[in-house]
Amino acid sequence: MKSYTVTMSEIHPGTTQPAPLQNPSEQQAYDVNQGKQLFTQYNCSGCHFNGGGGIGPPLMDAQWIYGSNPENIYSTIVEGRPNGMPSFRAKIPDSQIWQLVAYVRSMSGQLRKDVAPARSDDMNAHRSEQRIKQETPKQSTPGEIH
Amino acid sequence: MKQGGGTNRIKLAFVALGATVFLCSCGGGIQSSTNPAGPNAASLSRLWWLMFWVTAAVYVLVMIAVFIAIRKGTRKSDLNPVLNLPPETETSRRNAVLSAVIVTVVILFVFLIYSYSTGRALTADLGQKNGLSIEVTGHQWWWEARYNDVDASNMFTTANEIHIPVGVPVLFTLRGADVIHSFWVPNLAGKKDLIPGKVSTMWLQADKPGVYRGQCAEYCGLQHARMAFWIVAEPQEQFNAWRQNATQGAVPPSTDSQRYGQQVFLSATCVMCHAINGTPAGSNIGPNLTHVGSRNTIAAATLSNTREHLTRWIVDSQQFKPGNRMPANNIGQKELDALVDYLQSLK
Amino acid sequence: MEREREELERTWAHEKGWRRLLMETDHKLIAKRYIVTAFVFFLFGGIEAALMRIQLSRPDNHFLSPDKYNQIFTVHGTTMMFLFAVPIMTALGIYLVPLMIGARDVAYPRLNLYGYWVYLIGGLLLYTGFVLNTGPDAGWFAYVPLSGPGFSPGKRVDIWAQMITFTEISGLVGAIVIIGTVFKMRAPGMTLNRLPLFVWAQLVTSFMIIFAMPAVMLASSFLASDRLIDTHFFNPAEGGDAILYQHLFWFFGHPEVYIIFIPALGFISSIVAAFARTKIFGYTAMVLSLIATGFIGFGLWVHHMFATPIPQMGQSFFTAASMIITIPTGVQIFCWIATLWHGKLNIKTPLLFVFGFFAIFIIGGLTGVMLAAVPLDLQIHDTFFVVAHLHYVLIGGSVFPLFGAFYYWVPKWTGRMLSETLGRWSFALMFIGFNLVFFPMHQLGLSGMPRRVYTYLPESGWGTLNLIASIGAFVLAGGVLAFIVNFLWALRAGAIAGDNPWAADTLEWSVSSPPPPYNFHNVPVVQGRYALWESTPDAPVIRGLSTSKRETLVTSVLDAEPELRFEIPGPSIWPFMVALATGVTFIVGIFTPWAFLVGAILTGAALACWFFADPNYENRPAREHPERSRPVSPPAGLQPKEV
Repeated sequence: MKSYTVTMSEIHPGTTQPAPLQNPSEQQAYDVNQGKQLFTQYNCSGCHFNGGGGIGPPLMDAQWIYGSNPENIYSTIVEGRPNGMPSFRAKIPDSQIWQLVAYVRSMSGQLRKDVAPARSDDMNAHRSEQRIKQETPKQSTPGEIH
Repeated sequence: MKQGGGTNRIKLAFVALGATVFLCSCGGGIQSSTNPAGPNAASLSRLWWLMFWVTAAVYVLVMIAVFIAIRKGTRKSDLNPVLNLPPETETSRRNAVLSAVIVTVVILFVFLIYSYSTGRALTADLGQKNGLSIEVTGHQWWWEARYNDVDASNMFTTANEIHIPVGVPVLFTLRGADVIHSFWVPNLAGKKDLIPGKVSTMWLQADKPGVYRGQCAEYCGLQHARMAFWIVAEPQEQFNAWRQNATQGAVPPSTDSQRYGQQVFLSATCVMCHAINGTPAGSNIGPNLTHVGSRNTIAAATLSNTREHLTRWIVDSQQFKPGNRMPANNIGQKELDALVDYLQSLK
Repeated sequence: MEREREELERTWAHEKGWRRLLMETDHKLIAKRYIVTAFVFFLFGGIEAALMRIQLSRPDNHFLSPDKYNQIFTVHGTTMMFLFAVPIMTALGIYLVPLMIGARDVAYPRLNLYGYWVYLIGGLLLYTGFVLNTGPDAGWFAYVPLSGPGFSPGKRVDIWAQMITFTEISGLVGAIVIIGTVFKMRAPGMTLNRLPLFVWAQLVTSFMIIFAMPAVMLASSFLASDRLIDTHFFNPAEGGDAILYQHLFWFFGHPEVYIIFIPALGFISSIVAAFARTKIFGYTAMVLSLIATGFIGFGLWVHHMFATPIPQMGQSFFTAASMIITIPTGVQIFCWIATLWHGKLNIKTPLLFVFGFFAIFIIGGLTGVMLAAVPLDLQIHDTFFVVAHLHYVLIGGSVFPLFGAFYYWVPKWTGRMLSETLGRWSFALMFIGFNLVFFPMHQLGLSGMPRRVYTYLPESGWGTLNLIASIGAFVLAGGVLAFIVNFLWALRAGAIAGDNPWAADTLEWSVSSPPPPYNFHNVPVVQGRYALWESTPDAPVIRGLSTSKRETLVTSVLDAEPELRFEIPGPSIWPFMVALATGVTFIVGIFTPWAFLVGAILTGAALACWFFADPNYENRPAREHPERSRPVSPPAGLQPKEV
């Protein structure tokens, strides 16, 4: 079941779900590239490695515990999550968080091919995000192994 | 416009103009290669002046020949083609051209030898220079400098301002972290490229105390224009004192405002990129700020290190260096004042 | 004779309307299109330069953002080098070489047309990107890693890399056409020893193009493939090398500037001969100098890389080579001075531009010798000193002779003389403006101002000289504007030129202005190096070429002895179609590698149609050109002469 809301609760007023947010950074190759650089510089790779996960869950697969929409990922970075994801509120400015959000979504091939980053100038752990297989996001629970 | 004379007048005008323009701005400026302050730059400056005077003389001689040819040629009025010149003319022309070519070859040979020997002197016995050893890494768009030492506790990292002792050869090991940059201090030496995947070395020496400005000299992206640095050459004792201080951790905050400022630093965006030795801040993405208060400039020698500049830089560095890697920061006024107090105390 | 001429006119007549636009293969038409297109790109490049000069006129100026400035200097360099300089030099060759050697068309007219379309598509690609804020911004040379996938996101550099492919294909095509024409289609009697120096220059340039262009195609293709399909040619972390790119690029890049310069040497020889009213002194030395320059030009490329960690011993080899190349150019200059010394000077605008060349190019050559010295280069490399040097050699050495060539040959191309007064004004403004812009830059470079900077600090002290340079830019622009006004005025109201207004010596001046589509009614027999000055009144001509087909004479390589009558392919739509297919391949290839597969199939199909489907000109249905299918018999009493 996909989640569209930002909060964790299922209770919401009214009958319609709020529309998912658009992340303008997802349209800009420059922003996604910045997100890719920040991913290493802010040590996201310390737990998520190059997308394959390790200490933290993989980011390049189809399994999303807290949702794969941009606002879900934004919330994950800002609030932190149980079991080890730190909160980066006030540590990373909003503009950079949206760049990271765009990059994280590119890791599972969600972005347009001409916006997603090409191969990194470093040792390559996987195909570049512009050639990576596009995964269809699925809901999973923490600790679920697929 | 009279025919031949008009051309000559234009040419004379140009020569006069060129001389004026050239002479009115000789040798001055903040980073002039004709203002050498070290043996490297001095030998290059000598090579420059030799080549300049010789080539200027060659140019004048050739242009005189052209003028004379024009003068001779415009005296004739009938314009039927001249197809057969007397053999003496052919011989004399051939000899003239041959002599000119021989003179050219000789001059070029002299240049080649002088250039090669100058170059040898610059790169000779790189390994035997027992002076200081500094590793410079070029980032987009700032300079990281790591002072090496046999004793590891004497090693430290700083940014954008490099102090060296006067009269001592300094060996620079150059690396590029992201793209190609070029390390260039015109007053002291020629430039060397910092290429990712390769290590370059060069040495330089300052013979006079002073501040020498350097600038990145290989196009490296949006803010290539604002990627400069300072080399501060000081007498040995002053340098030793500076180095001693630099190996220490940061000065602990002494006033309440500074203490609050340190808290702001550690809890805001600053700590994600900047390191201050002696505090939990250890990120090396951006310039090391352990002794930022004692630097003359900030933003890679773009702004002078005043309270006003520092405050505005922290709030929105994009105003000064659009596209640089430091984002704009939303910090309350009280926190900002305390933070700047703290940073200025880091001497 | 009259009837023959009418039939020739019909056989060689241009197509009409859109068919003329897309299909006509007359080399003069294609060359004029090239020249106009390249000149438009020159004006664009000039506007970009003016914008840069406005931004740099004051320290801390905010006229252009750094991103805009970086795009503008990249597109300025790319436009001038790839879209203006090489094509226009080739274009003058394509127009004049067949006329100068007595041929009726080039050897491969359809290939020639294809070359133009590919060039136009490449230029449009670059400017579409630029206008949409996706212009390349990594410099005209696009060094990796800055231009690589990690530091130039988006498609900006991909547009640049693929544009290179188009201009290189076009350059190679032009070179092949000229070589084929010069070697096999000269008029009888024009042995290689009698070839005009202009034609020698075009020949040497064409060979240089063939050897140099593949290197840049490799560099740009490797770059494109690194960016598109994850290869690691330039990724040091995975075994690639950033300096490899520099070697590949500059192995092309240095000969490129000689490709731009050597045709201009040909222009100067033509102009000096015509306006000094005498033969150029030292023909053999001049030819050998051209060949030597072309050859040595391939051994210099590392002088662009002196600041890299290449060992000094190796670099010194390139210092020596860079200094040696001065010698053949010096020989040429001394020979021209020797020619002028004993000539009778007809001081007209073309000759003024030649004088401008002397004054300006020699400075550029001398600063080049300075840059050749490795240690000195380490101070002035990548500063405005190099900007000054390169503009002195390129503008002084190529653009001034080019404008001289315009003033000299526009009467032939259009039948109208340009105004002499406006010509002198345009020369004076260009000369003074040029020196105002670029002379101060020598000093700026020595004072430490690096290149490719969008601004500089007030305390640097560079403001005054920059302001002078910026003012000079507008004076220079005024000179170019004066030329444009002159040209447009002359088209309407210039004096009628006649066949040979300059009483010059080469064969193009023996036909009407503008020349008829078939160039020569009777192919002449050449009797000396200076064809029109050394021909006797009863010089023989070639008779017997068909007037119902587009026929020309093919001769032997060394001595131009007639070998066979050759039917030149006529107009065809397939060069345009193959160019479109090429365009689709490389432009869509910016976005997906599958474009190469699909594009190769499309291009192959179009090529097959080109080679097999289009009938020869003669076999067109009689209903289109009824007269053409009748054989021609010579008028009674006239016998073909034995050659």
